[in-house]
Amino acid sequence: MARSVTTQRKIINTAAAWGIGFLIFFPILWTILTSFKTEATAIADPPVFLAFDWTLENYEVVLERSNYARFLWNSVFIAGGSTLLGLIIAIPAAWSMAFVPSRRTKDILLWMLSTKMLPAVGVLYPIYLIFIKMGLLDSRIGLTVVLMLINLPIIVWMLYTYFREIPGEILEASRMDGATLKDEILYVLTPMAVPGIASTLLLNFILAWNEAFWTLNLTAAKAAPLTAFIASYSSPEGLFYAKLSAASTMAIAPILILGWFSQKQLVRGLTFGAVK
Amino acid sequence: MATQHSRSAARLMMAPAVILLLGWMLVPLTMTLFFSFKKYLPMRGGDLGWVGFDNYIRFVTSSAFWPSVTATLVIVLGVLFITVVFGVLLAILLDQPMWGQGIVRILVIAPFFVMPTVSALVWKNMFMDPVNGLFAHLWQAFGLTPVEWLSQASLGSIVMIVSWQWLPFATLILLTAIQSLDSEQLEAAEMDGAPALSRFGYITLPHLSRAITIVVLIQTIFLLSIFAEIFVTTQGSFGTCTLTYLIYQRVLESQNIGLGSAGGIYAVILANIMAVFLMRIVGKNLDA
Repeated sequence: MARSVTTQRKIINTAAAWGIGFLIFFPILWTILTSFKTEATAIADPPVFLAFDWTLENYEVVLERSNYARFLWNSVFIAGGSTLLGLIIAIPAAWSMAFVPSRRTKDILLWMLSTKMLPAVGVLYPIYLIFIKMGLLDSRIGLTVVLMLINLPIIVWMLYTYFREIPGEILEASRMDGATLKDEILYVLTPMAVPGIASTLLLNFILAWNEAFWTLNLTAAKAAPLTAFIASYSSPEGLFYAKLSAASTMAIAPILILGWFSQKQLVRGLTFGAVK
Repeated sequence: MATQHSRSAARLMMAPAVILLLGWMLVPLTMTLFFSFKKYLPMRGGDLGWVGFDNYIRFVTSSAFWPSVTATLVIVLGVLFITVVFGVLLAILLDQPMWGQGIVRILVIAPFFVMPTVSALVWKNMFMDPVNGLFAHLWQAFGLTPVEWLSQASLGSIVMIVSWQWLPFATLILLTAIQSLDSEQLEAAEMDGAPALSRFGYITLPHLSRAITIVVLIQTIFLLSIFAEIFVTTQGSFGTCTLTYLIYQRVLESQNIGLGSAGGIYAVILANIMAVFLMRIVGKNLDA
Protein backbone atom coordinates (compact mmCIF):
# COMPACT_ATOMS: atom_id res chain seq x y z
CA MET A 1 0.00 0.00 0.00
CA ALA A 2 2.64 2.46 1.10
CA ARG A 3 4.69 1.55 -1.91
CA SER A 4 1.98 2.23 -4.42
CA VAL A 5 1.46 5.66 -2.87
CA THR A 6 5.13 6.54 -3.28
CA THR A 7 5.13 5.28 -6.85
CA GLN A 8 2.10 7.39 -7.56
CA ARG A 9 3.79 10.40 -5.99
CA LYS A 10 6.89 9.72 -8.00
CA ILE A 11 4.86 9.74 -11.20
CA ILE A 12 3.27 13.07 -10.27
CA ASN A 13 6.66 14.54 -9.33
CA THR A 14 8.17 13.36 -12.56
CA ALA A 15 5.35 14.76 -14.68
CA ALA A 16 5.41 18.14 -12.91
CA ALA A 17 9.18 18.47 -13.01
CA TRP A 18 9.44 17.48 -16.67
CA GLY A 19 6.63 19.84 -17.57
CA ILE A 20 8.23 22.80 -15.84
CA GLY A 21 11.67 21.86 -17.10
CA PHE A 22 10.36 21.77 -20.64
CA LEU A 23 8.64 25.14 -20.21
CA ILE A 24 11.82 26.77 -18.92
CA PHE A 25 13.93 25.21 -21.65
CA PHE A 26 11.39 25.98 -24.36
CA PRO A 27 12.82 29.35 -25.55
CA ILE A 28 16.16 27.67 -26.16
CA LEU A 29 14.55 24.69 -27.86
CA TRP A 30 12.43 27.02 -30.01
CA THR A 31 15.53 28.95 -31.04
CA ILE A 32 17.32 25.78 -32.02
CA LEU A 33 14.29 24.52 -33.98
CA THR A 34 13.80 27.84 -35.74
CA SER A 35 17.42 27.86 -36.85
CA PHE A 36 16.61 24.88 -39.09
CA LYS A 37 13.55 26.48 -40.72
CA THR A 38 13.21 28.71 -43.74
CA GLU A 39 12.40 32.36 -42.98
CA ALA A 40 8.80 31.80 -44.11
CA THR A 41 8.26 28.79 -41.84
CA ALA A 42 9.91 30.63 -38.97
CA ILE A 43 7.09 33.16 -38.77
CA ALA A 44 4.28 30.84 -39.92
CA ASP A 45 0.97 31.15 -38.11
CA PRO A 46 0.06 28.71 -36.62
CA PRO A 47 3.67 27.96 -35.65
CA VAL A 48 5.25 24.74 -36.91
CA PHE A 49 7.06 22.65 -34.33
CA LEU A 50 8.74 19.68 -35.93
CA ALA A 51 6.98 18.95 -39.22
CA PHE A 52 8.91 21.25 -41.51
CA ASP A 53 11.62 20.81 -44.10
CA TRP A 54 14.79 20.96 -42.07
CA THR A 55 17.45 23.08 -43.70
CA LEU A 56 21.01 24.12 -42.94
CA GLU A 57 20.70 27.15 -45.18
CA ASN A 58 20.61 29.66 -42.30
CA TYR A 59 23.87 28.40 -40.90
CA GLU A 60 25.47 28.68 -44.33
CA VAL A 61 24.22 32.24 -44.76
CA VAL A 62 25.32 33.36 -41.31
CA LEU A 63 28.74 31.79 -41.71
CA GLU A 64 29.21 33.31 -45.12
CA ARG A 65 27.74 36.74 -44.67
CA SER A 66 28.85 38.05 -41.36
CA ASN A 67 32.40 37.06 -40.77
CA TYR A 68 31.11 34.83 -38.07
CA ALA A 69 34.48 33.13 -37.68
CA ARG A 70 36.09 36.38 -36.59
CA PHE A 71 33.50 37.05 -33.91
CA LEU A 72 33.83 33.49 -32.71
CA TRP A 73 37.60 33.77 -32.58
CA ASN A 74 37.30 37.06 -30.68
CA SER A 75 35.06 35.38 -28.13
CA VAL A 76 37.43 32.46 -27.74
CA PHE A 77 40.44 34.75 -27.50
CA ILE A 78 38.90 37.14 -25.00
CA ALA A 79 37.21 34.55 -22.79
CA GLY A 80 40.12 32.11 -22.93
CA GLY A 81 42.82 34.75 -22.61
CA SER A 82 41.22 36.53 -19.69
CA THR A 83 40.67 33.24 -17.86
CA LEU A 84 44.24 32.02 -18.36
CA LEU A 85 45.72 35.38 -17.46
CA GLY A 86 43.50 35.48 -14.38
CA LEU A 87 44.63 32.00 -13.33
CA ILE A 88 48.30 32.89 -13.70
CA ILE A 89 47.84 35.84 -11.37
CA ALA A 90 45.35 34.21 -9.00
CA ILE A 91 46.94 30.81 -8.40
CA PRO A 92 49.96 32.14 -6.45
CA ALA A 93 47.75 34.55 -4.52
CA ALA A 94 45.12 31.97 -3.57
CA TRP A 95 47.87 29.52 -2.78
CA SER A 96 49.64 31.74 -0.31
CA MET A 97 46.37 32.80 1.33
CA ALA A 98 45.29 29.19 1.79
CA PHE A 99 48.59 27.79 3.03
CA VAL A 100 50.36 30.70 4.69
CA PRO A 101 47.41 32.59 6.13
CA SER A 102 48.11 35.72 8.12
CA ARG A 103 45.90 37.91 10.25
CA ARG A 104 45.01 40.02 7.25
CA THR A 105 44.15 37.22 4.82
CA LYS A 106 40.44 37.41 5.52
CA ASP A 107 40.39 41.19 5.08
CA ILE A 108 42.25 40.95 1.79
CA LEU A 109 39.83 38.30 0.49
CA LEU A 110 36.80 40.36 1.43
CA TRP A 111 38.32 43.47 -0.05
CA MET A 112 38.94 41.63 -3.33
CA LEU A 113 35.32 40.58 -3.36
CA SER A 114 34.24 44.17 -2.83
CA THR A 115 35.99 45.25 -6.04
CA LYS A 116 33.72 42.81 -7.89
CA MET A 117 30.74 44.81 -6.68
CA LEU A 118 31.90 48.05 -8.21
CA PRO A 119 29.17 48.92 -10.74
CA ALA A 120 30.72 48.89 -14.19
CA VAL A 121 28.78 51.92 -15.33
CA GLY A 122 30.39 53.97 -12.54
CA VAL A 123 33.79 53.61 -14.16
CA LEU A 124 32.67 53.43 -17.79
CA TYR A 125 34.02 56.80 -18.86
CA PRO A 126 37.44 56.55 -17.18
CA ILE A 127 38.02 53.13 -18.72
CA TYR A 128 36.79 54.41 -22.06
CA LEU A 129 39.18 57.37 -21.81
CA ILE A 130 42.13 55.21 -20.77
CA PHE A 131 41.36 52.88 -23.66
CA ILE A 132 41.34 55.76 -26.15
CA LYS A 133 44.57 57.22 -24.78
CA MET A 134 46.31 53.86 -24.93
CA GLY A 135 44.89 52.89 -28.31
CA LEU A 136 43.10 49.91 -26.76
CA LEU A 137 39.58 50.71 -27.90
CA ASP A 138 38.21 47.89 -30.04
CA SER A 139 41.23 45.72 -29.32
CA ARG A 140 41.17 42.15 -28.10
CA ILE A 141 44.05 42.73 -25.70
CA GLY A 142 42.31 45.58 -23.92
CA LEU A 143 39.09 43.66 -23.48
CA THR A 144 40.97 40.58 -22.32
CA VAL A 145 42.63 42.61 -19.56
CA VAL A 146 39.35 44.22 -18.46
CA LEU A 147 37.51 40.90 -18.31
CA MET A 148 40.44 39.38 -16.44
CA LEU A 149 40.21 42.16 -13.85
CA ILE A 150 36.47 41.89 -13.33
CA ASN A 151 36.68 38.12 -12.89
CA LEU A 152 39.92 38.04 -10.87
CA PRO A 153 38.13 38.24 -7.49
CA ILE A 154 35.95 35.24 -8.37
CA ILE A 155 38.97 33.29 -9.59
CA VAL A 156 40.94 34.00 -6.41
CA TRP A 157 37.96 33.10 -4.24
CA MET A 158 37.14 29.86 -5.99
CA LEU A 159 40.75 28.72 -5.94
CA TYR A 160 41.05 29.71 -2.29
CA THR A 161 38.04 27.60 -1.29
CA TYR A 162 39.43 24.63 -3.21
CA PHE A 163 42.98 25.00 -1.89
CA ARG A 164 41.74 25.24 1.66
CA GLU A 165 40.31 21.75 1.38
CA ILE A 166 43.74 20.28 0.75
CA PRO A 167 44.79 18.81 4.11
CA GLY A 168 47.75 20.56 5.72
CA GLU A 169 49.10 17.30 7.16
CA ILE A 170 50.24 16.25 3.72
CA LEU A 171 52.36 19.37 3.47
CA GLU A 172 53.89 18.75 6.88
CA ALA A 173 54.67 15.18 5.96
CA SER A 174 56.39 16.22 2.77
CA ARG A 175 58.37 18.88 4.67
CA MET A 176 59.49 16.27 7.18
CA ASP A 177 60.70 14.20 4.28
CA GLY A 178 62.86 17.14 3.27
CA ALA A 179 60.85 18.61 0.40
CA THR A 180 61.73 22.19 -0.50
CA LEU A 181 59.07 24.81 -1.13
CA LYS A 182 59.47 24.19 -4.85
CA ASP A 183 59.08 20.42 -4.49
CA GLU A 184 56.12 20.97 -2.25
CA ILE A 185 54.33 23.12 -4.78
CA LEU A 186 55.26 21.13 -7.84
CA TYR A 187 54.88 17.53 -6.69
CA VAL A 188 52.55 17.63 -3.71
CA LEU A 189 50.10 20.47 -4.09
CA THR A 190 49.70 20.79 -7.83
CA PRO A 191 48.32 17.30 -8.48
CA MET A 192 45.78 17.80 -5.71
CA ALA A 193 44.83 21.25 -6.94
CA VAL A 194 44.20 20.35 -10.57
CA PRO A 195 40.46 19.57 -10.22
CA GLY A 196 39.83 22.87 -8.45
CA ILE A 197 41.80 24.80 -11.02
CA ALA A 198 39.93 23.09 -13.85
CA SER A 199 36.53 23.99 -12.38
CA THR A 200 37.62 27.57 -11.86
CA LEU A 201 38.79 27.75 -15.45
CA LEU A 202 35.50 26.39 -16.74
CA LEU A 203 33.26 28.74 -14.79
CA ASN A 204 35.28 31.81 -15.59
CA PHE A 205 35.40 30.98 -19.25
CA ILE A 206 31.60 30.87 -19.21
CA LEU A 207 31.31 34.16 -17.32
CA ALA A 208 33.72 35.90 -19.68
CA TRP A 209 32.05 34.44 -22.76
CA ASN A 210 28.68 35.85 -21.71
CA GLU A 211 29.88 39.21 -20.39
CA ALA A 212 27.78 41.89 -22.06
CA PHE A 213 28.64 45.31 -20.67
CA TRP A 214 32.28 45.88 -21.49
CA THR A 215 32.13 43.76 -24.63
CA LEU A 216 29.34 45.97 -25.97
CA ASN A 217 30.86 49.28 -24.92
CA LEU A 218 34.54 48.82 -25.67
CA THR A 219 34.40 47.16 -29.08
CA ALA A 220 33.24 48.16 -32.52
CA ALA A 221 33.98 46.05 -35.57
CA LYS A 222 37.43 44.62 -35.07
CA ALA A 223 37.43 43.05 -31.62
CA ALA A 224 33.70 42.46 -31.18
CA PRO A 225 32.92 39.04 -29.70
CA LEU A 226 29.71 37.06 -30.19
CA THR A 227 27.78 39.08 -27.59
CA ALA A 228 28.22 42.22 -29.69
CA PHE A 229 27.64 40.35 -32.95
CA ILE A 230 24.27 39.11 -31.73
CA ALA A 231 23.34 42.57 -30.46
CA SER A 232 23.88 43.89 -33.99
CA TYR A 233 20.94 41.72 -35.06
CA SER A 234 18.60 43.97 -33.08
CA SER A 235 18.64 46.54 -35.87
CA PRO A 236 15.58 46.29 -38.13
CA GLU A 237 17.49 45.16 -41.21
CA GLY A 238 18.71 42.12 -39.34
CA LEU A 239 15.27 40.92 -38.44
CA PHE A 240 15.35 37.44 -39.87
CA TYR A 241 14.18 34.96 -37.30
CA ALA A 242 15.74 31.86 -38.79
CA LYS A 243 19.11 33.50 -39.29
CA LEU A 244 18.97 35.16 -35.89
CA SER A 245 18.26 31.71 -34.45
CA ALA A 246 21.13 30.10 -36.30
CA ALA A 247 23.54 32.78 -35.12
CA SER A 248 22.19 32.50 -31.56
CA THR A 249 22.40 28.74 -31.53
CA MET A 250 26.03 28.84 -32.59
CA ALA A 251 26.81 31.45 -29.95
CA ILE A 252 25.26 29.58 -27.04
CA ALA A 253 25.81 25.92 -27.96
CA PRO A 254 29.43 25.62 -26.79
CA ILE A 255 28.63 27.32 -23.49
CA LEU A 256 25.51 25.24 -22.86
CA ILE A 257 27.61 22.12 -23.17
CA LEU A 258 30.42 23.46 -20.99
CA GLY A 259 27.88 24.82 -18.53
CA TRP A 260 26.24 21.48 -17.98
CA PHE A 261 29.58 20.12 -16.83
CA SER A 262 30.05 22.92 -14.37
CA GLN A 263 26.73 22.94 -12.47
CA LYS A 264 28.30 22.16 -9.11
CA GLN A 265 31.11 24.65 -9.48
CA LEU A 266 28.62 27.29 -10.47
CA VAL A 267 27.07 27.35 -7.02
CA ARG A 268 30.40 27.48 -5.30
CA GLY A 269 31.92 30.07 -7.58
CA LEU A 270 29.01 32.46 -7.64
CA THR A 271 28.32 32.38 -3.92
CA PHE A 272 32.02 32.78 -3.10
CA GLY A 273 32.01 29.51 -1.20
CA ALA A 274 29.09 30.55 1.01
CA VAL A 275 26.92 27.72 -0.35
CA LYS A 276 28.54 24.41 -1.22
CA MET B 1 54.14 27.23 11.90
CA ALA B 2 55.04 29.24 8.83
CA THR B 3 58.60 30.43 8.69
CA GLN B 4 59.71 34.00 8.07
CA HIS B 5 60.92 32.85 4.67
CA SER B 6 57.57 31.44 3.58
CA ARG B 7 55.77 34.53 4.87
CA SER B 8 57.68 36.89 2.64
CA ALA B 9 57.29 34.45 -0.24
CA ALA B 10 53.55 34.46 0.39
CA ARG B 11 53.43 38.22 0.34
CA LEU B 12 55.28 38.23 -2.96
CA MET B 13 52.87 35.70 -4.45
CA MET B 14 49.90 37.79 -3.42
CA ALA B 15 51.33 41.08 -4.67
CA PRO B 16 50.35 40.94 -8.39
CA ALA B 17 46.69 40.20 -7.69
CA VAL B 18 46.45 42.81 -4.94
CA ILE B 19 48.24 45.53 -6.91
CA LEU B 20 46.19 44.92 -10.06
CA LEU B 21 42.87 44.99 -8.25
CA LEU B 22 43.91 48.04 -6.26
CA GLY B 23 44.74 49.84 -9.50
CA TRP B 24 41.55 48.64 -11.19
CA MET B 25 39.54 50.00 -8.31
CA LEU B 26 41.34 53.21 -7.42
CA VAL B 27 42.37 54.69 -10.77
CA PRO B 28 38.99 54.75 -12.56
CA LEU B 29 37.10 55.55 -9.38
CA THR B 30 39.33 58.53 -8.65
CA MET B 31 38.80 59.70 -12.22
CA THR B 32 35.02 59.37 -11.93
CA LEU B 33 35.11 61.30 -8.67
CA PHE B 34 37.27 63.97 -10.32
CA PHE B 35 34.96 64.34 -13.33
CA SER B 36 31.86 64.40 -11.15
CA PHE B 37 32.86 67.83 -9.82
CA LYS B 38 33.48 69.26 -13.29
CA LYS B 39 31.40 70.53 -16.14
CA TYR B 40 32.90 68.34 -18.80
CA LEU B 41 31.41 68.01 -22.28
CA PRO B 42 33.96 66.46 -24.68
CA MET B 43 31.82 67.21 -27.75
CA ARG B 44 30.75 70.71 -26.73
CA GLY B 45 33.70 72.68 -25.35
CA GLY B 46 35.51 70.06 -23.28
CA ASP B 47 36.52 70.86 -19.73
CA LEU B 48 34.52 73.88 -18.56
CA GLY B 49 35.86 74.02 -15.01
CA TRP B 50 34.88 73.03 -11.52
CA VAL B 51 31.23 73.18 -10.53
CA GLY B 52 31.22 71.77 -6.99
CA PHE B 53 28.23 69.57 -6.24
CA ASP B 54 26.26 70.94 -9.17
CA ASN B 55 26.27 67.63 -11.08
CA TYR B 56 25.12 65.70 -8.04
CA ILE B 57 22.20 68.04 -7.57
CA ARG B 58 21.35 68.13 -11.27
CA PHE B 59 21.45 64.35 -11.55
CA VAL B 60 18.82 63.84 -8.87
CA THR B 61 16.66 66.79 -9.90
CA SER B 62 16.50 65.92 -13.60
CA SER B 63 13.13 64.71 -14.83
CA ALA B 64 14.60 61.34 -15.79
CA PHE B 65 15.91 60.54 -12.30
CA TRP B 66 12.84 59.41 -10.37
CA PRO B 67 11.43 57.34 -13.27
CA SER B 68 14.81 55.60 -13.43
CA VAL B 69 14.70 54.86 -9.71
CA THR B 70 11.20 53.44 -10.14
CA ALA B 71 12.25 51.33 -13.12
CA THR B 72 15.28 50.02 -11.21
CA LEU B 73 13.19 49.15 -8.16
CA VAL B 74 10.47 47.45 -10.21
CA ILE B 75 13.00 45.36 -12.10
CA VAL B 76 15.12 44.41 -9.09
CA LEU B 77 12.22 43.68 -6.74
CA GLY B 78 10.12 42.00 -9.44
CA VAL B 79 12.91 39.68 -10.49
CA LEU B 80 13.87 38.94 -6.89
CA PHE B 81 10.28 38.08 -5.99
CA ILE B 82 9.75 35.80 -8.99
CA THR B 83 13.11 34.03 -8.79
CA VAL B 84 13.02 33.46 -5.03
CA VAL B 85 9.40 32.25 -4.84
CA PHE B 86 9.61 30.02 -7.90
CA GLY B 87 13.18 29.07 -7.05
CA VAL B 88 12.09 27.69 -3.66
CA LEU B 89 9.15 25.82 -5.17
CA LEU B 90 11.22 24.43 -8.00
CA ALA B 91 14.05 23.43 -5.68
CA ILE B 92 11.63 21.53 -3.46
CA LEU B 93 10.12 19.81 -6.49
CA LEU B 94 13.52 18.87 -7.90
CA ASP B 95 14.52 17.43 -4.53
CA GLN B 96 11.66 14.90 -4.64
CA PRO B 97 12.22 11.39 -5.92
CA MET B 98 11.54 11.20 -9.66
CA TRP B 99 12.74 9.71 -12.90
CA GLY B 100 15.27 11.61 -14.97
CA GLN B 101 16.19 14.13 -12.29
CA GLY B 102 19.54 14.85 -13.92
CA ILE B 103 17.93 15.73 -17.24
CA VAL B 104 15.33 18.01 -15.65
CA ARG B 105 18.11 19.78 -13.78
CA ILE B 106 19.94 20.38 -17.04
CA LEU B 107 16.79 21.78 -18.67
CA VAL B 108 16.13 24.12 -15.75
CA ILE B 109 19.68 25.41 -15.50
CA ALA B 110 20.18 26.02 -19.23
CA PRO B 111 18.91 29.64 -19.43
CA PHE B 112 21.69 30.79 -17.12
CA PHE B 113 24.26 29.91 -19.78
CA VAL B 114 22.59 31.86 -22.56
CA MET B 115 24.37 35.13 -23.17
CA PRO B 116 22.25 38.17 -22.24
CA THR B 117 22.15 39.58 -25.76
CA VAL B 118 20.84 36.30 -27.15
CA SER B 119 18.12 35.86 -24.56
CA ALA B 120 17.01 39.47 -24.94
CA LEU B 121 16.84 39.19 -28.72
CA VAL B 122 15.11 35.83 -28.75
CA TRP B 123 12.45 37.01 -26.29
CA LYS B 124 12.03 40.33 -28.04
CA ASN B 125 11.59 38.96 -31.54
CA MET B 126 10.47 35.39 -31.38
CA PHE B 127 8.15 35.63 -28.40
CA MET B 128 7.16 39.23 -27.76
CA ASP B 129 6.95 40.61 -31.27
CA PRO B 130 3.37 41.86 -31.74
CA VAL B 131 3.13 40.50 -35.30
CA ASN B 132 5.28 37.43 -35.66
CA GLY B 133 5.98 36.51 -32.04
CA LEU B 134 4.81 33.26 -30.56
CA PHE B 135 2.78 35.10 -27.94
CA ALA B 136 0.98 37.03 -30.67
CA HIS B 137 0.07 33.74 -32.41
CA LEU B 138 -1.11 32.34 -29.10
CA TRP B 139 -3.23 35.40 -28.32
CA GLN B 140 -4.78 35.32 -31.79
CA ALA B 141 -5.57 31.65 -31.44
CA PHE B 142 -7.78 32.63 -28.52
CA GLY B 143 -9.26 35.52 -30.46
CA LEU B 144 -7.44 38.18 -28.45
CA THR B 145 -5.59 41.23 -29.72
CA PRO B 146 -1.82 40.66 -29.54
CA VAL B 147 -0.05 42.74 -26.92
CA GLU B 148 2.83 44.99 -27.84
CA TRP B 149 4.81 43.62 -24.96
CA LEU B 150 7.88 45.83 -25.00
CA SER B 151 5.98 49.09 -25.32
CA GLN B 152 2.65 48.45 -23.57
CA ALA B 153 3.99 46.25 -20.78
CA SER B 154 7.64 47.16 -21.08
CA LEU B 155 8.76 46.81 -17.47
CA GLY B 156 6.86 43.59 -16.97
CA SER B 157 8.39 42.17 -20.13
CA ILE B 158 11.90 43.00 -18.98
CA VAL B 159 11.20 41.53 -15.55
CA MET B 160 10.03 38.40 -17.34
CA ILE B 161 13.15 38.13 -19.52
CA VAL B 162 15.55 38.76 -16.64
CA SER B 163 13.65 36.38 -14.35
CA TRP B 164 14.00 33.67 -16.95
CA GLN B 165 17.75 34.24 -16.92
CA TRP B 166 18.11 34.25 -13.14
CA LEU B 167 15.59 31.62 -12.04
CA PRO B 168 18.13 28.85 -12.75
CA PHE B 169 20.68 30.52 -10.48
CA ALA B 170 18.23 30.81 -7.58
CA THR B 171 16.94 27.28 -8.12
CA LEU B 172 20.41 25.78 -8.27
CA ILE B 173 21.59 27.45 -5.06
CA LEU B 174 18.39 26.70 -3.18
CA LEU B 175 18.47 23.10 -4.39
CA THR B 176 22.02 22.74 -3.13
CA ALA B 177 20.90 24.13 0.23
CA ILE B 178 17.84 21.85 0.42
CA GLN B 179 19.95 18.81 -0.27
CA SER B 180 21.99 19.57 2.84
CA LEU B 181 18.82 19.46 4.95
CA ASP B 182 18.69 16.54 7.34
CA SER B 183 15.87 14.38 5.95
CA GLU B 184 15.44 12.56 9.27
CA GLN B 185 14.18 15.76 10.79
CA LEU B 186 11.49 16.01 8.15
CA GLU B 187 10.55 12.35 8.51
CA ALA B 188 10.29 12.72 12.28
CA ALA B 189 7.98 15.69 11.85
CA GLU B 190 5.90 13.76 9.36
CA MET B 191 5.56 10.83 11.75
CA ASP B 192 4.50 13.22 14.50
CA GLY B 193 1.71 14.26 12.20
CA ALA B 194 2.91 17.70 11.11
CA PRO B 195 1.10 18.65 7.87
CA ALA B 196 3.16 19.42 4.77
CA LEU B 197 2.66 23.17 5.05
CA SER B 198 3.96 23.39 8.61
CA ARG B 199 6.86 21.08 7.76
CA PHE B 200 7.73 23.56 5.05
CA GLY B 201 7.19 26.61 7.26
CA TYR B 202 8.99 25.37 10.36
CA ILE B 203 11.77 23.21 8.96
CA THR B 204 12.51 23.77 5.27
CA LEU B 205 12.11 27.53 5.10
CA PRO B 206 14.23 28.34 8.18
CA HIS B 207 16.89 26.00 6.85
CA LEU B 208 16.84 27.88 3.53
CA SER B 209 16.91 31.36 5.03
CA ARG B 210 20.66 31.77 4.68
CA ALA B 211 20.68 30.54 1.08
CA ILE B 212 17.77 32.86 0.26
CA THR B 213 19.65 35.80 1.77
CA ILE B 214 22.66 34.98 -0.37
CA VAL B 215 20.54 34.65 -3.51
CA VAL B 216 18.89 37.99 -2.80
CA LEU B 217 22.15 39.82 -2.16
CA ILE B 218 24.09 38.40 -5.10
CA GLN B 219 21.22 38.87 -7.51
CA THR B 220 20.66 42.42 -6.32
CA ILE B 221 24.24 43.31 -7.12
CA PHE B 222 23.93 41.84 -10.62
CA LEU B 223 20.40 43.13 -11.22
CA LEU B 224 21.30 46.70 -10.30
CA SER B 225 23.67 46.71 -13.23
CA ILE B 226 21.74 44.85 -15.94
CA PHE B 227 22.47 46.51 -19.22
CA ALA B 228 22.37 44.29 -22.30
CA GLU B 229 18.74 43.28 -21.78
CA ILE B 230 17.64 46.91 -21.95
CA PHE B 231 20.17 47.91 -24.59
CA VAL B 232 18.87 45.22 -26.94
CA THR B 233 15.13 45.47 -26.27
CA THR B 234 13.95 49.03 -25.58
CA GLN B 235 17.10 51.16 -25.42
CA GLY B 236 15.69 52.70 -22.27
CA SER B 237 12.41 53.92 -23.76
CA PHE B 238 8.87 53.13 -22.49
CA GLY B 239 9.86 53.68 -18.89
CA THR B 240 12.60 51.05 -18.83
CA CYS B 241 15.52 53.42 -18.31
CA THR B 242 17.12 52.13 -15.12
CA LEU B 243 19.68 54.01 -13.08
CA THR B 244 22.48 52.10 -14.79
CA TYR B 245 21.06 52.82 -18.22
CA LEU B 246 20.51 56.49 -17.39
CA ILE B 247 24.17 56.87 -16.39
CA TYR B 248 25.20 55.07 -19.58
CA GLN B 249 23.08 57.50 -21.63
CA ARG B 250 24.51 60.54 -19.87
CA VAL B 251 28.08 59.34 -20.36
CA LEU B 252 28.19 57.76 -23.81
CA GLU B 253 25.10 59.04 -25.62
CA SER B 254 24.86 62.67 -24.54
CA GLN B 255 28.54 62.82 -23.59
CA ASN B 256 27.86 64.79 -20.42
CA ILE B 257 30.69 63.28 -18.44
CA GLY B 258 30.33 65.36 -15.30
CA LEU B 259 26.66 64.53 -14.90
CA GLY B 260 27.16 60.87 -15.72
CA SER B 261 30.07 60.63 -13.30
CA ALA B 262 27.97 62.05 -10.48
CA GLY B 263 25.38 59.39 -11.30
CA GLY B 264 28.15 56.81 -11.31
CA ILE B 265 29.18 57.81 -7.80
CA TYR B 266 25.58 57.38 -6.64
CA ALA B 267 25.57 53.89 -8.19
CA VAL B 268 28.84 53.05 -6.45
CA ILE B 269 27.44 54.15 -3.08
CA LEU B 270 24.27 52.13 -3.64
CA ALA B 271 26.24 49.01 -4.59
CA ASN B 272 28.46 49.43 -1.55
CA ILE B 273 25.49 49.45 0.80
CA MET B 274 24.44 46.10 -0.69
CA ALA B 275 27.99 44.84 -0.59
CA VAL B 276 28.37 45.47 3.14
CA PHE B 277 25.53 43.08 3.89
CA LEU B 278 26.81 40.41 1.54
CA MET B 279 30.33 40.65 2.95
CA ARG B 280 29.07 40.10 6.48
CA ILE B 281 27.49 36.81 5.50
CA VAL B 282 30.41 35.66 3.41
CA GLY B 283 32.87 36.77 6.08
CA LYS B 284 31.06 34.83 8.78
CA ASN B 285 31.23 31.75 6.65
CA LEU B 286 34.97 32.24 6.27
CA ASP B 287 35.53 31.78 10.01
CA ALA B 288 33.50 28.60 10.19
